Amino acid sequence: MIVVAMAMSALGSLCFLLRAILGPSLPDRVMAVDGFVVSLVALIVLNAARTGTGWFLGVALVVAFVGFVGTLAGSRFVERRGV
Amino acid sequence: MAELVAEVLALIGAALVLLAGIGVVRFDDIYARMHAATKAPTLGILLIGAAAVISLDEGWPKVALAVVVIFITAPVASHMIGRAAYRADGVELHLDAGDALASYADAPDVGDEVEDQRP
Repeated sequence: MIVVAMAMSALGSLCFLLRAILGPSLPDRVMAVDGFVVSLVALIVLNAARTGTGWFLGVALVVAFVGFVGTLAGSRFVERRGV
Repeated sequence: MAELVAEVLALIGAALVLLAGIGVVRFDDIYARMHAATKAPTLGILLIGAAAVISLDEGWPKVALAVVVIFITAPVASHMIGRAAYRADGVELHLDAGDALASYADAPDVGDEVEDQRP
């Protein structure tokens, strides 16, 4: 059943990627990449729950932090330079 | 019993992430899209993390820490993106009730250099 949850989460992350590709403006893309990173953390945590090992959970933490910093940098860039 | 609870929690959380993705694709305004993209995955991460904490024997504190990190950083990130989208020119907005923020938009920011008005 966790495989089904992983498939749904992966489909959601593909939707985020689609919006990051299509996005008409730069804030759309920044927002979509932020949501993609969150769904990536969800996928990593689900994979850890499926396999029962905690090896990849450090990756989830680091990805969450890096995504946050990237979102901050992207939004500051949009605010300073325009769309 | 614990396995069943973990699987149901993981399914609900993944469904929330999927709904957020669908909303991000289908809504037609950046604020509507942000509404879908910020709140639903946060709750989804909470449920998925609860499922992982139930089903993992070792390493579950890292899951809890990741959930806490997402919960702290997601509102800050969406606030920054919303402010940048409002201030940047050329972002298409479909506001229903007019722009209530427009009269404050010209006010100087904290940290901007303001011309000294003292005599």
